[in-house]
Amino acid sequence: MTEPSHSWDTPTAEWATRPGRATVTVPSSGEHLLDVRDLRVEFATRDGVARVVDGVSFHVDPGETLAILGESGSGKSVTAQAVMGILDTPPAAVRGGQVLFAGEDLLAVPAERRRQVRGQEIAMVFQDALSALNPVFPVGWQITEALRARKGVSKAEARRRAVELMSMVQIPAAAQRVDDYPHQFSGGMRQRVMIAMALAMRPKVLIADEPTTALDVTVQAQIMDLLAELRAELDMALILITHDLGVVADVADRITVMYAGRIVEHADVHTLYAAPAHPYTRGLLASIPRLDHRGHGLRSITGSPPSPLAVPHGCPFHPRCPYAQQVCRMTAPPLLRIGRLDRASACHFPPEALDARPI
Amino acid sequence: MSDLGTAAAEVAPAATEAAPAGGRSRSLAADAWYDLRRNWIFWVASALVVLVVLMAAAPALFTSADPTACDTRRQFAGPAGGAFFGYDFQGCDVFARTVHGARASVLVGVLAVLLTGVIGLAFGMLAGYFGGWLDALLSRIVDVVLGIPLLLAAIVLSKRLAADSQGSGIASVVIVLGLLGWTTAARVMRSSVLAARSQDYVAAARMLGAGPWRIMWRHILPNALAPFVVVLTITLGTFIATEATLSFLNVGLRAPAISWGIDIATAGKHVREAALPLVAPSLFLTLTVLAFIMLGDAIRDAFDPKLR
Repeated sequence: MTEPSHSWDTPTAEWATRPGRATVTVPSSGEHLLDVRDLRVEFATRDGVARVVDGVSFHVDPGETLAILGESGSGKSVTAQAVMGILDTPPAAVRGGQVLFAGEDLLAVPAERRRQVRGQEIAMVFQDALSALNPVFPVGWQITEALRARKGVSKAEARRRAVELMSMVQIPAAAQRVDDYPHQFSGGMRQRVMIAMALAMRPKVLIADEPTTALDVTVQAQIMDLLAELRAELDMALILITHDLGVVADVADRITVMYAGRIVEHADVHTLYAAPAHPYTRGLLASIPRLDHRGHGLRSITGSPPSPLAVPHGCPFHPRCPYAQQVCRMTAPPLLRIGRLDRASACHFPPEALDARPI
Repeated sequence: MSDLGTAAAEVAPAATEAAPAGGRSRSLAADAWYDLRRNWIFWVASALVVLVVLMAAAPALFTSADPTACDTRRQFAGPAGGAFFGYDFQGCDVFARTVHGARASVLVGVLAVLLTGVIGLAFGMLAGYFGGWLDALLSRIVDVVLGIPLLLAAIVLSKRLAADSQGSGIASVVIVLGLLGWTTAARVMRSSVLAARSQDYVAAARMLGAGPWRIMWRHILPNALAPFVVVLTITLGTFIATEATLSFLNVGLRAPAISWGIDIATAGKHVREAALPLVAPSLFLTLTVLAFIMLGDAIRDAFDPKLR
């Protein structure tokens, strides 16, 4: 093995100050449809304060899909709920940052304005559609509840719109099924109902929080395709929250990888799959089962994600990182831009250095 | 929109009119009804409840005798003609009095349960939904009310109200029962509201911009109501028993009201001369209370998914 050109204990002076590298925690220019900046969310627990989302920034524009990827407990769902404004406070508390929707900071507006934005501008699809649908009402009633309550749509018109929305999410025989109850639908159909409900008021941003996790594999693909189609058709911004790298490959334009409440890597989908910069992303990609690696056993990232009450000092990933050095235990690496615009990684070592030292 | 979608939208009007009525859209309530129909306890309890309510509403269907037409010459006379249970100390028709006594019991029970329901629902919903200091405050009020002895309060209140009005005492009994008996219902409501509040469909409603009142009434209430209604049904039975107890102790209804409790109290003094005037109202009281409690139990079992 040849010695890599980098000294592993004192890596980054030259690499971090290279031209074109700058911290990207605050996006530089232009107004995005939804622009989340430096979001921080804490939970008050019996054992202390858990910082579940720690300085997360991302943005989406119409017609674009952003995937937020992370293990359970990485803070991705809490991020979505904070953007949506449906966190239970307490125990949760948004401690800082901005959620800019078309330039308006939703964290700073009055509660009434916030409520207007919910559903109307930004809507969300939940993971488990069965529990997200009210068991005592027919699905058509639920899909159009917001329309009736907030837009004053009449009952007959609401019914027509419900059928239309159900057809739009490709529920067969929508007109016959509009009066059925949630438990009479299969898992995939229920998720379609949930999507129809979220789309009833034509939001500009749709957040899908693990929309396919509760579904079986064949149905997963259908729902992902549906979301992609709808995004294009309605020119929405789609934020896809998932732990499944396989699910997002075909649908996402850009991917943000979260670990322990922080963003560890951000890149467009091709770059991320072809040349992951962060060791965590590399681990995730290596853990995808591959046909051409048959008989080799599954790779996994050793250890488990840290408790948000005890995030390791320094780089939060260092206890599980095969590349970890002294510096990783001492200081947390900032999210630094790599090369082209809109690609960043929070690692002390540049990707070339990681490449040079295969595990 | 896809071809499939357009096709479905086109058939919509026709299909709406011809929507199949039966068997398709089964809700939890429909499932519960399916279970109930196969439960003989439900039918027995329902039959008894219907019978008692019918007695209360239209006693003339059961007896043509006047319960207040008493004749001391018939004192303790045995069953004769329409008087299946004979005559009591004052020579009144025991069967007629028992039938007419149902009205007071049912009226007190229903009115007190309505009062209980209103208070319990408001307390349970507010405490369960808003939580925090409001929950702490309301729960302490529940504890305080639980600590008030029913009999003591009934004695004080009935004496107090009796001084104000010369009525039969129904109002005072309803107020005593309603004001002291709502705690269990409120606690049950609070806990089922707590359970419903953390459901995803509540989060989904919030996600779509629903306000707190819409969420409470449209999303939480229908899902939290079943256990509450069951408790109220059982409470109705116990209220009827309590009314009889209070009347028996002379702090409930008063003559000229006709009530099972009053009749049991007077007949008890003369049980050695004639047992039937005591047995008849006691039997009706027991069956009525039992019917409501069994009905509540049966409904609870039908709505409990764990017993499926």
